[in-house]
Amino acid sequence: MVGLVAAPADLVLSLARRTIMPEYQNLFTQIRVEAPSYPGVPLERERDNRDRLGSGPHIQLFAWLGNAQIGPVYLGFTGIAALIFFTLGFTLIGWNMLVQVNYSPIEFIRQLFWLSLDPPSPQYGLRFPPMNEGGWWLMSGLFITISILLWWVRMYRRARALGMGTHVAWAFAAAIWLYLVLGLIRPVLMGSWSEAVPFGIFSHLDWTTAFSLRYGNLFYNPFHMLSIAFLYGSVLLFAMHGATILAVSRYGGEREIEQIYDRGTASERAALFWRWTMGFNATMESIHRWAWWFAVLTCITGGIGILLTGTVVDNWYLWAVKHGVAPAYPEIWGPVVDPAAAR
Amino acid sequence: MMRQLRALLAVPAVLAALFLAGCERPDMDTAQIGYRGTGMEKVTNPRIVAASAARHVAPAPLDPVPAAGPKARDVYKNVKLLGDLSIGEFNRLMVAMTQWIAPNESCAYCHNLQNFADDSVYTKNTARRMLQMTWEINSKWKAHVADTGVTCYTCHRGQGVPAERWFADPPMKTAGRMLGNDNGQNKAGKASVGNSSLPYDPFTPFLLGNKEIRVTAPTALPTGHDVRLKQAEWTHGLMIHMSESLGVGCVQCHNSRAFAEWNQSPPQRVTAWHGIRMVRTLNNDFMVPLTAGQPKNRLGPSGDIAKVNCATCHQGVNKPLNGASMVKAHPELLGAPQAPTKTSAATQIGIDTVLRVVQ
Repeated sequence: MVGLVAAPADLVLSLARRTIMPEYQNLFTQIRVEAPSYPGVPLERERDNRDRLGSGPHIQLFAWLGNAQIGPVYLGFTGIAALIFFTLGFTLIGWNMLVQVNYSPIEFIRQLFWLSLDPPSPQYGLRFPPMNEGGWWLMSGLFITISILLWWVRMYRRARALGMGTHVAWAFAAAIWLYLVLGLIRPVLMGSWSEAVPFGIFSHLDWTTAFSLRYGNLFYNPFHMLSIAFLYGSVLLFAMHGATILAVSRYGGEREIEQIYDRGTASERAALFWRWTMGFNATMESIHRWAWWFAVLTCITGGIGILLTGTVVDNWYLWAVKHGVAPAYPEIWGPVVDPAAAR
Repeated sequence: MMRQLRALLAVPAVLAALFLAGCERPDMDTAQIGYRGTGMEKVTNPRIVAASAARHVAPAPLDPVPAAGPKARDVYKNVKLLGDLSIGEFNRLMVAMTQWIAPNESCAYCHNLQNFADDSVYTKNTARRMLQMTWEINSKWKAHVADTGVTCYTCHRGQGVPAERWFADPPMKTAGRMLGNDNGQNKAGKASVGNSSLPYDPFTPFLLGNKEIRVTAPTALPTGHDVRLKQAEWTHGLMIHMSESLGVGCVQCHNSRAFAEWNQSPPQRVTAWHGIRMVRTLNNDFMVPLTAGQPKNRLGPSGDIAKVNCATCHQGVNKPLNGASMVKAHPELLGAPQAPTKTSAATQIGIDTVLRVVQ
């Protein structure tokens, strides 16, 4: 029952003729494998087999981007608990936004990007404030944090159950680290929930600007610099790797794991391509370590940068001047003096 | 397949169009205003500038009249402020004020037509105070208005109440301390902060009150600079208001790499600093004390009088009326008259003469 569908009819022929067709530059998956629903590998524990939800519908539209088979989804205790807590937290945020537009569904949609559930005001410090002055923020934050941590446990346990490594869970943990620094660790160190990020589309961006204004330009924070470097680096690596594999998949290059220990012509060509163009190549295995570390370090360094802000450094621009990071430019307007100081 | 694909691509195309609908189309005029490579550039949209140009043209001044002649105070009754002017100058200013403030309502906007000396119309008292305010601005706030100065027209532009003014927003209705609180921010369509989600009334704390605007830490390491993060959003709200009111970006006054540093800021920041203090004074010393005499329809939702902010004069340009100095044609607005001068009765000019001159 395994058949190839929607494959370009002349794929094999064009390969043989060594003509270069543009099919690999397509946005959508070109080769779809159509097979009966697969419930997944049988596992040792009865529970791990039982808790799979759904027989798996096949949605052809999804096959353009990935696998047509949906599910089975494994929820289990942590999954269900995570969903409940997330729904609670998410609904609390939405409800608070709805109250702010006087329960008008039209205004709710129109103003959705502006609406926000803000953390407590500074005067409450780390105490529990009145509900409409940050109490709801604390509560929904708690629920969403519980949900995220449960989801992490779930990812970890599912990976173990399948006999996989736990790389995904640890990568997720890096993101959770950044999240916890922003919403829990740093506010606690600063002694005020008001330092935390609001729940809202524009409002969290306003927070970001306010953060940079209050603490003297975050761009001069070296850990922010690192985070940006890893973020852009991740993008670059992802593009390089995706392009390389697509480019050699006509030689079986997409079978990356096999190519790790049994380097075929796809590997050789890809490697030579990069040595030709930049003198060095990653290997079929190492490129994934590059990518994983770049992605993970984006969050880890970012979290460190946030954590240091306000706690040990109060003005990153002045810090950068002090340490010779920020250059000085010629004064071109003549001396401009603070009129408050001049008085 | 291709048809499906086209249908699928139409979705992002429509979404992209929707997202771009709020944008201004290129290209913009860019002028370098700082050291090269630092991004200190003034960006203007020539189409917007052209479309709004008519709004910023100063009307032609009335023909000058001789300063000689009987004093207004000797001819008219109940002249409290401008008695030193010759009646020619006095009437010329009255005509100008009518054109600037009430071109349709004419004299009756402030005067009882049966008895011009009567103070019963509330706008007359307001106008007196506004004249004093104009003197105050032109004489004591040269650090902001320089020699360009202001006249009634700078704000009024032919309207009884300037188009750009602000009232305090009534606080949001809450269900006790349980539900409903927008923290004075996160509202769509608030022109005061350029439709951003920032605190939409930055005027009450900064342009009426005396709240500290500066938020950035003054030292590299923490030394007890106790300003919380949220305070920065209020400051940011005020700055967005200034930016929108003047039609300029941040770099008009700030070096964006170090917003707080004065020694790296363009000199316009000093002008703006005085402007903030000026507006604060105008609101507290001139606007708010007038509240009691105003009819209900002149007051805002929380019963406060219309107040001044940056947009009141600037109305979208860096220099109000693009820097035209209307006060040059009206030196009587430059400041309160010092000592009473001697009356000289050389030429007598009646109101008819003045009206003939201006028509």
